[in-house]
Amino acid sequence: MSATGIGASVRRKEDHRFITGSGRYTDDINRPGQAHAYFLRSPHAHATIKKIDASKALAMPGVLAVLTGDDLAADKIGGLICGWMIHNKDGSPMRAGGHPALAQGKVRYVGDHVAVIIADTLAQARDASEAVVVDYGVLPAVVDTATAMKSKTVVHDVAPNNSVYNWHLGNKDDTEKAFKAAKHVVKMNIVNNRLAPNPMEPRAAIGLYDKAEDHYTLYTTSQNPHVARLVLSAFIGIAPENKLRVVAPDVGGGFGSKIFIYAEETVCVWASKKVGRPVKWNSDRTEAFLSDAHGRDHVTEAQMAIDENGKITGLRVHTIANLGAYLSTFSSSVPTYLYAPLLSGQYNIPAIYAEVDAVYTTTAPVDAYRGAGRPEATFVVERLVEVAARQLGIDPAKFRQMNYITKFPHQTPVIMMYDAGNYNASMKKALEAADYKGFGKRRKEAEKRGKLRGIGFSSYIEACGIAPSAAVGSLGAGVGLWESAEVRVNPIGTVEILTGSHSHGQGHETTFAQLVCERLGVPLESVSIIHGDTDKVQMGMGTYGSRSGAVGMSAISKALDKVIAKGKKVAAYVLEASEKDIDFKDGKFSVKGTDKTLDFGACALQAYIAHKFNGQDLEPGLKEGAFYDPTNFTFPAGVHIAEVEVDPDTGVTRVVNWTAVDDFGVVINPMIVEGQVHGGIAQGIGQAMLEGVVYDKEGQLVTASYMDYCMPRADDLPSFTVGMTVTACPSNPLGIKGCGEAGAIAAPPALINAITDAVGHEDVAMPATPKVVWRAAQKALKKMAAE
Amino acid sequence: MATVSMTVNGKAVTADIDSRTLLVQFIRENQLLTGTHVGCDTSQCGACVVHIDGKAVKSCTTLALQCQGANVVTIEGIAAADGTLHPMQEAFREHHGLQCGFCTPGMIMSAIDIVNRKGNDLDEHTIREELEGNICRCTGYHNIVRAVDAGAKAMAGSAKPMKHAAE
Repeated sequence: MSATGIGASVRRKEDHRFITGSGRYTDDINRPGQAHAYFLRSPHAHATIKKIDASKALAMPGVLAVLTGDDLAADKIGGLICGWMIHNKDGSPMRAGGHPALAQGKVRYVGDHVAVIIADTLAQARDASEAVVVDYGVLPAVVDTATAMKSKTVVHDVAPNNSVYNWHLGNKDDTEKAFKAAKHVVKMNIVNNRLAPNPMEPRAAIGLYDKAEDHYTLYTTSQNPHVARLVLSAFIGIAPENKLRVVAPDVGGGFGSKIFIYAEETVCVWASKKVGRPVKWNSDRTEAFLSDAHGRDHVTEAQMAIDENGKITGLRVHTIANLGAYLSTFSSSVPTYLYAPLLSGQYNIPAIYAEVDAVYTTTAPVDAYRGAGRPEATFVVERLVEVAARQLGIDPAKFRQMNYITKFPHQTPVIMMYDAGNYNASMKKALEAADYKGFGKRRKEAEKRGKLRGIGFSSYIEACGIAPSAAVGSLGAGVGLWESAEVRVNPIGTVEILTGSHSHGQGHETTFAQLVCERLGVPLESVSIIHGDTDKVQMGMGTYGSRSGAVGMSAISKALDKVIAKGKKVAAYVLEASEKDIDFKDGKFSVKGTDKTLDFGACALQAYIAHKFNGQDLEPGLKEGAFYDPTNFTFPAGVHIAEVEVDPDTGVTRVVNWTAVDDFGVVINPMIVEGQVHGGIAQGIGQAMLEGVVYDKEGQLVTASYMDYCMPRADDLPSFTVGMTVTACPSNPLGIKGCGEAGAIAAPPALINAITDAVGHEDVAMPATPKVVWRAAQKALKKMAAE
Repeated sequence: MATVSMTVNGKAVTADIDSRTLLVQFIRENQLLTGTHVGCDTSQCGACVVHIDGKAVKSCTTLALQCQGANVVTIEGIAAADGTLHPMQEAFREHHGLQCGFCTPGMIMSAIDIVNRKGNDLDEHTIREELEGNICRCTGYHNIVRAVDAGAKAMAGSAKPMKHAAE
């Protein structure tokens, strides 16, 4: 292993600009003559718009325009789209209501976009927004996930009973049979709480129109600028792709919420032509809570069937998923194909049946948030497994081991073909690292201090490396999920990698460069990673679903193969040897059995000056591109063990130990991978203990600032013990599985399993605030007293 | 409009501003120093932390006019004039104390302030409690805690504190 190649914890190349305040985020960009946009948002969860009177606002200082949904319609700008078609059980398509970027006749959630005010300064736009008079006809709200289908109020006329779709997966008959034959059945009602993603950088956009070129540019906080361009161009109809450039510069975290194409960037780029000036918008945090797509929000009834030998024989799930007021870009796929196919967990379960009802409510749209569907599935499976072990009196680690899949490839009853893994290896390593044997002692010691100590497991699996294009196409995806890369070798041997992946904290500028160092033998500082600009990078699908290593780097690897192959041809001419006698190793081309060599840099120069070969026989230059379409999903998996102490008098829970052992396949940079795990665990602990989006009965968002929505802070969390096992992924050339979402997927059930173990009662809903935990502890005490 | 004068990163500046201008707006929009970020507008997240007269302050809820005559230092002002990084900056890089980088300037400014107040030998509990006013969504704080600890020790390392551009 070289000091900068695959497997080295290279310090990040991108850090210097961030630690010196030189990062360039969208809000740091200012264009000459720019105007500022302020969105007037609905104060009501559900209302008709009878009239908008902007005359007073238009007369205020600095105001350039007040635009509404009527203006969008007049310009024939289309609505926002959902790019994944889900079919109902009966084969009919899902019921998608219209989603205009500015409301047309009706608002459907608090924060919905009523009008945009554009002025010289933000203060002027904000002041003028208060002078826009909107006459609303207020309608009843639909807020509750579980009862939305029973509401008399309909959010979209196209969707009676607020049903977006009723979908299913698996074999119902086989599953019914398994339950009939079961020795033991575990039943649970599970709520997966609604979350706000909260990247620290709020969303932002600057739209520019160049009259001379009849060309638009959009700077935006996006995880996938090419997808944004595709949607804005082909579906919303802003401009053809060749007339629209989308730039996503430094982006301050995404966690899924910056995948989607939102109203604000659509309006900024459209309005830039209307007002003839660049239009800038920057979200404040309350706007982010109101209008960034939320995550999770499932209500589930789940049952697990177990035979007399403690083997799981069946799993049955019915889930109601709240998709909010409109279908966000990939929302429909989250509670279906990103959820139910993971219900087999790490276990050999012969029969699984899942039924999902997706519902509209008058709340913000819900879409993918770190893990997207997989945390919800893992929470269901890992709570059921833990409770089953407890009810059967089997050690929860042993019960898992009894049911692990041990032979690969393994076809589950719910689509997925697991390609490789060693779940026992991760469990064994985790048990050791967590000193599971010593837990009893620690529990007794805690008792002496009046504390309840508990331990909880999570044996998670996820499907990452999203995804084979033909496979997802057959499941309803509107796009292919390949990735693209270009390797430009310059005449003096420096290298530029253009990638369709997008880094918003993942450290691609370092890890991608490490791959190039490893393969081409060039120094790290000679490699630049270019991403996030549709004018520079040929094409791309972006970063989400832990896909940038497995898919994005595989594309780079494929392009590097082509560069090396071309380099060999050039070297053969220069070294006057046959091409098949040329080797390439450690940055040098050599002729087999001789001491004749050519450095990679010298080869690049020869490729460009083209003096040693005939330009008709071999094309000059050294630049290659590749598209990589994965052959399968990847299946990162691992074991997390949480240990907590609960104060039974106050319900205050302290996470005292956290052990994670993950199998991510081949790891490029362990330091960065561990960082991804830490961050994921923190978000998972946040979901389990602290975070929860709350709407009141009228659909008002109660948690719209950091004073109301509890973000994990440094003193809420412990340090983490992170270990790894490795089974290389056979489904991509680098053996990578992906690591970005694991922590957020694994952590919530581990923590709830630990808390329920501590208090001795299963009724602990997320977020397990002191009130929730105290009540569960009291219930357990009462039960004990009664017995 | 009102006139305000202050020192920003060692440079005397004077400007006519709307009296409701926040210090962070003055720094970002008037002084074009965009390293100081706005993450929440409610002094909860700490992305906007700068030093005013040597103390960490959240610039998103400070009026620029309140800083008349003050000595303001931002993330751009803590490295030495020759570009040598402040030990706390170096520690964040060495210990992977950042991912997306958005909270990082505020974290570093707060971390320096913690060391100024609590000394160079910090325990994990103290670091975690003192970072309560800075939110990071990426790192889970694990490596930030290590960076602050290492940075604190490194700040003691030079017999005389390193002379920085503005402090």
